Amino acid sequence: MSGKTNARLEAMAAAARRQRVLQAWMPWLVILFTVVAWEAVVKAFGIVPFILPAPTDIWASAVRWWQPLLDDSLQTLFTTLVGFALAVVGGVVLGVLIGSSALIYRGLYPLLIAFNSIPKVAVVPLLVVWFGIGMWPAIITAFLISFFPIVVNVATGIATVEPELRDVLRALGARPVDIVRKVGLPRAMPYFFASLKIAITVAFVGSIIAESVAPNAGIGRLMMVASSRFDVPLVFAGLITTGIMGIMLYWIAEFIERRTTGWAMRSMEGQNFTPGG
Amino acid sequence: MSHAFVEIDNVAMRYGGVEGTLALEGCSLSVQEGEFVAVVGPSGCGKSTLMRLVSGLWPATDGNVVVAGREVDGPLSLVGMAFQNPTLLPWRRILDNVMLPLEVVPAHRARLRRERLAYEKKARELLRLVGLEGFDAKFPYQLSGGMQQRTSLCRALIHEPPLLMLDEPFSALDVFTREDLWDVLQDVWMARRPTVVLVTHDLREAAYLADRVLVMSSRPGRIIAERRVDFPRPRRMETTFLPEFTALVAELRANIAAARRGEEVA
Repeated sequence: MSGKTNARLEAMAAAARRQRVLQAWMPWLVILFTVVAWEAVVKAFGIVPFILPAPTDIWASAVRWWQPLLDDSLQTLFTTLVGFALAVVGGVVLGVLIGSSALIYRGLYPLLIAFNSIPKVAVVPLLVVWFGIGMWPAIITAFLISFFPIVVNVATGIATVEPELRDVLRALGARPVDIVRKVGLPRAMPYFFASLKIAITVAFVGSIIAESVAPNAGIGRLMMVASSRFDVPLVFAGLITTGIMGIMLYWIAEFIERRTTGWAMRSMEGQNFTPGG
Repeated sequence: MSHAFVEIDNVAMRYGGVEGTLALEGCSLSVQEGEFVAVVGPSGCGKSTLMRLVSGLWPATDGNVVVAGREVDGPLSLVGMAFQNPTLLPWRRILDNVMLPLEVVPAHRARLRRERLAYEKKARELLRLVGLEGFDAKFPYQLSGGMQQRTSLCRALIHEPPLLMLDEPFSALDVFTREDLWDVLQDVWMARRPTVVLVTHDLREAAYLADRVLVMSSRPGRIIAERRVDFPRPRRMETTFLPEFTALVAELRANIAAARRGEEVA
């Protein structure tokens, strides 16, 4: 190999490394840029904190109110995770049933769609009537809102098993439950994890809606109280805390996804292709 | 015809009720134990339907299907199948893909846990037989199309089915890979001697591999011609250059052309 070729290969490798480093830093750079620009705009136009607080005001407020902020965040995190866990269990069970039986699919799908189109904020007062003010309305709202994407995705994964593969297994004497277990469920996993990433973020929406409509505890109540006192920096502190919790749970879901269903994302890594007949 | 392994007698198959499509009608054929039979015909003639009837995936609307002396009334665990698509499970390594039938067939699933090592050895031997030695820990996407089809063939064979049903298994492959796999299939057949029914639209493939070639009419399908193929085995690529081979393919082609026009052939 000539020196020129070597130099060119080195340069290409270095460029690829720079690209990777840049990609890793990009989210932080964007956040930093947003915060600085926000601060600059607020200061430059002299916007009062009551309309739009600067990031420094929000930070000061978060430091001052850290104790209730932490307590309420943990409360919201708890109700969200309980609602989300119920949604995962219920969603997988119903998804398997709908995906593996055309009869159940026909029967339940219209009802599910109708139910999903109801704004959940309208259901919260009912939940309060049934369960009283407390954490249950928040848990159930988180469950109701995050349940649907899981059902749809699991059902899709199971219902789209290739007919030929089904034939191969049926010809061997496989029962429908074998086909779901050996093929349907593993096949549905990428769909399932994709839905988890959506479900976990909307679960937060659910519990915060319930906390705002029926204020008892949690970040939703904190923001309602803060806004009724016109403490806008604290409202923003609550919003940003929620966003951070959402991102963290999204990362966890993504980490598990990559560990368990790497086979479905092979194009993301260097493909180890072996030529031959 | 006392030792027929597969006996199809005057079978009809109609899809979608009384007014539905008639895929097969008056279709009769028999396959001897250990025989290699190819079924060719114009496209849409019901070849794949025939295959599903024999495997017990669908019941025939008329007539009898008897396999291994038993009337077929449901899926038989004694059939191995392979299709045009390899349909491997992308989350399983090659070895685990090959072993999938063992987890399903009632006779094997009970023994699999205790005798896992012995079964794995069997699977590796099969992989060696089709030229995939050392690939057992790879994932399907790491293999080329031809190698995936070889794996699919191993999966069809792992439970040692006495009957192998192949539905255009090589038609999605390029010519060179396909001809390699003809030899692979011939070697496997000569080593194990299963009864094989190969559905194909490639006349050279049928003439190269089969002991007997059956020609189907266009829909509703039935067998309208039959040719014995007597070239000595193992057949090699040189066989396909023989004038007799060319003549056989030409004759089959003429039969199919006639079938497409709807004529009777002798």
